[in-house]
Amino acid sequence: MAKVEHKVKEPLIHITKRSRITIWKAWLIRIAAVALALVVSGIVAYLVTSENPLRIYAVIIDGTFGTSRRFWGMLQNLAMLLCVSLGVTPAFRMRFWNIGAEGQVLIGGLACAACMILFGDKLPNAVLIIVMIIASLAAGAIWAFIPAFFRANWNTNETLFTLMMNYIAIQLVSFFTYKWSVPKGSGQIGVINRTTHAGWLPVIAGKNHLLNIIIVLVLTIVLYIYLWYSRQGYEIAVVGESENTARYIGLSVKKVILRTMLISGAVCGLTGLLLVAGTDHTISRETAAGRGFTAIMVAWLAKFNPLVMLLTSFLIAFLEKGSTEISTTFGLNESFSDIITGIIIFFIIGSEFFIQYQLKFREKEEK
Amino acid sequence: MTKAQQGKVPALRLEGITKEFVGKVVANDNISLSVDHGQILSVLGENGSGKTTLMNIIAGIYFPDHGHIYIDGEEVVMRSPKDALRHNIGMIHQHFKLIDIFSATENIVLGLDEKGRLDMKQCLNRVKEIATQYGFEIDPEKKIYEMSVSEKQTVEIIKVLYRGADILILDEPTAVLTPQETEKLFNILRKMRDDGKAIIIITHKLHEVLSLSDRVTVLCKGRNVGTVNTAKTNETELTEFMVGKKVMLNINRTMPKDPKPRLEVKNLCCKDIEGVEVLKDINFTVNSGEIFGIAGVAGSGQRELLEGIAGLQKCEGEIIYLDPKTGETKDLQKKTPLQIQELGVRLSFVPEDRLGMGLVGNMSIVDNVMLRSYNKGKGIFLHRSAPTELADKIIKELEVVTPGKSTPVRRLSGGNVQKVLVGREIAASPTVLMTAYPVRGLDINASYTIYNLLNKQKEGGTAVVFVGEDLDVLLELCDRILVLCSGKVTGIVDARTTTKAELGRLMTQNTNDKDGASDGQG
Repeated sequence: MAKVEHKVKEPLIHITKRSRITIWKAWLIRIAAVALALVVSGIVAYLVTSENPLRIYAVIIDGTFGTSRRFWGMLQNLAMLLCVSLGVTPAFRMRFWNIGAEGQVLIGGLACAACMILFGDKLPNAVLIIVMIIASLAAGAIWAFIPAFFRANWNTNETLFTLMMNYIAIQLVSFFTYKWSVPKGSGQIGVINRTTHAGWLPVIAGKNHLLNIIIVLVLTIVLYIYLWYSRQGYEIAVVGESENTARYIGLSVKKVILRTMLISGAVCGLTGLLLVAGTDHTISRETAAGRGFTAIMVAWLAKFNPLVMLLTSFLIAFLEKGSTEISTTFGLNESFSDIITGIIIFFIIGSEFFIQYQLKFREKEEK
Repeated sequence: MTKAQQGKVPALRLEGITKEFVGKVVANDNISLSVDHGQILSVLGENGSGKTTLMNIIAGIYFPDHGHIYIDGEEVVMRSPKDALRHNIGMIHQHFKLIDIFSATENIVLGLDEKGRLDMKQCLNRVKEIATQYGFEIDPEKKIYEMSVSEKQTVEIIKVLYRGADILILDEPTAVLTPQETEKLFNILRKMRDDGKAIIIITHKLHEVLSLSDRVTVLCKGRNVGTVNTAKTNETELTEFMVGKKVMLNINRTMPKDPKPRLEVKNLCCKDIEGVEVLKDINFTVNSGEIFGIAGVAGSGQRELLEGIAGLQKCEGEIIYLDPKTGETKDLQKKTPLQIQELGVRLSFVPEDRLGMGLVGNMSIVDNVMLRSYNKGKGIFLHRSAPTELADKIIKELEVVTPGKSTPVRRLSGGNVQKVLVGREIAASPTVLMTAYPVRGLDINASYTIYNLLNKQKEGGTAVVFVGEDLDVLLELCDRILVLCSGKVTGIVDARTTTKAELGRLMTQNTNDKDGASDGQG
């Protein structure tokens, strides 16, 4: 019955974990991945547009650096994306998979917009802005605290919980945009306090986005110091790496989870404030624009290091701008820019596999 | 088919099985054994003697480096559990692999690739048939989460029988059962044997071996040290086989200086998540200036005992600390590690799970060294200068081999990881130092470094608790040894006068059917 199988075939490829890799080698793999991604997206672009791939790359670069307007636009996108990424980072370092940043940004923005609409003509501007800041930070923090509370006490799944909170936030925004719509019933809020500019964040040096960019830069450094050099940052890392170790040193895992999520949510709420009061001066369901999800990628690619996130958020912001430019220049629809972005990100994420693991091929059998 | 071959060709025969793990010792070294149809074979051995590795090879989970496996006289090659099943080998693991929200029958048929529609009714009948044939008591429609441990085990056994297994391997099946349940299981196993099945059972418990099996194979340090017919042996002979010959290690040992009670444990009881009692009425006192050994086969309650004292595990009973300076007593029961620290009790603990509990693998040596002390001092920022100095000191004094102090500890070898952990715990100048398997996986040199450190602590007046597995080490390093067996204390002996065989006897003694068992307590 049982056949005698003398030959034992080894699998063709073994995947083994690398014990260590030198930094330059890791970067070599990453650069190779980007180069490969450019080649592949060049081929795809050529097949679709029959254009010279080099010209396509030129358009990508032009899309970002072509005019000072485009460049500032890109910087604004970068700053907002980075800000959300900074928001998810404390939670992610704790291995708490907060994918509710989208909702936390929206709810922060909504709180800010509410203050601007309701108190716009009642409070002096400086007081109004302080109220707005408090409201946005608190709203974001509460939105993150709710799932954290359930996770800490009853071990609910934070991924699902935070995801669901997004939809609640979106529906709330829909409700209020309808309630406060101008003109009534249009379903759009329009520019809030168009004439008085009440609650608008100040414009410095004549640049619309400069204040946002500076705030986010400062925040990046603050968060880096918090995570790397403060006791609380250390506690976050311990809880993230091993809850058993946290228990062993007498750390209250519950307390750390709640505290960290409050911070995480507050930073997301701040992003909402910067978007609504700083640049958009309105709110809609699209205010967060998917940044809550893109931020997860930015944070992961940077291995949750805020300083490296400067680089990864630039990469994503640059790609988005550039590929949108391709679409308009060559008369293609939006999806094409998504394809290019997708290809490039696929290769970058894929490169992490080759940094973590190595492939060993079966040696030729001698016969 | 099986009946025809009965008595002629062994159902399963292993020849020269060798398995090495990277960076570790040889787990199986040239092991041969065989089992016939209609026979029960016990595989006996201490922790780390290679039993589980061997069974995993038979079940197709590991692939042996060398050696041959024959089933009914024909050589087979098994690359996966599926292959093993094809050859009618069924393994019942120690940890059940069942889906909680499924019923017994659903779990049993899960993963069978049969063509066509799944006829649950027919499956149900088949399960009932098997149950009546061997005398299992089971409700096939009961959900797993409503079942007791013994019922879950029954499901696992029926699962392999349903798949037509002729050769059954049971990995410590009685570890989780009550004596009554054990007896029931044994009756079923005997029925299966009479039905012509070949059964291999892994166990630590000698009396089970003697009452159940036809033959015993004893493994020691990865080798087969002997196979005997159960009828021709006794507990003493098996114990000697299992513990092996006494090996001289020449570890320094001084007489305890001025021993005074430091830690008293009274009537300590503890239950695990499943509600099984893992510690039963534990009583002992650890003195200052001595090394107090704890021996026992794996999972006898050692981990729960230490974690209970350290405040990591809920227990019932009393844990009393006697302060050496003031002489006052402090109650450690139901205190968290932080509260114990705040009481001024310098209790250090080297847990068994070094990288999962004692250290954080992805953090640097410096960050790991400050795990216990990062919260001391003022301000919101970490003070890395003192831990950095300490890390330097540990690296230098304990000769930790590392590229630098910022290297993540997960990159260090086992011995060096342990040096960092023990170094940190000792740096807190403890009055009680608890260590769980501190030399497991360490080479000779690193082991002696650890022994010396513990001896130094002992000479300094610390009460040292040493949970060990190597009896030779326990006998030469400790002053007194407490023996645990299935969560009970079966004896506290003087390490200078006792023998290896005596320890082996206490470790494998079943307290349920022996009257003299409680004599050793106190």
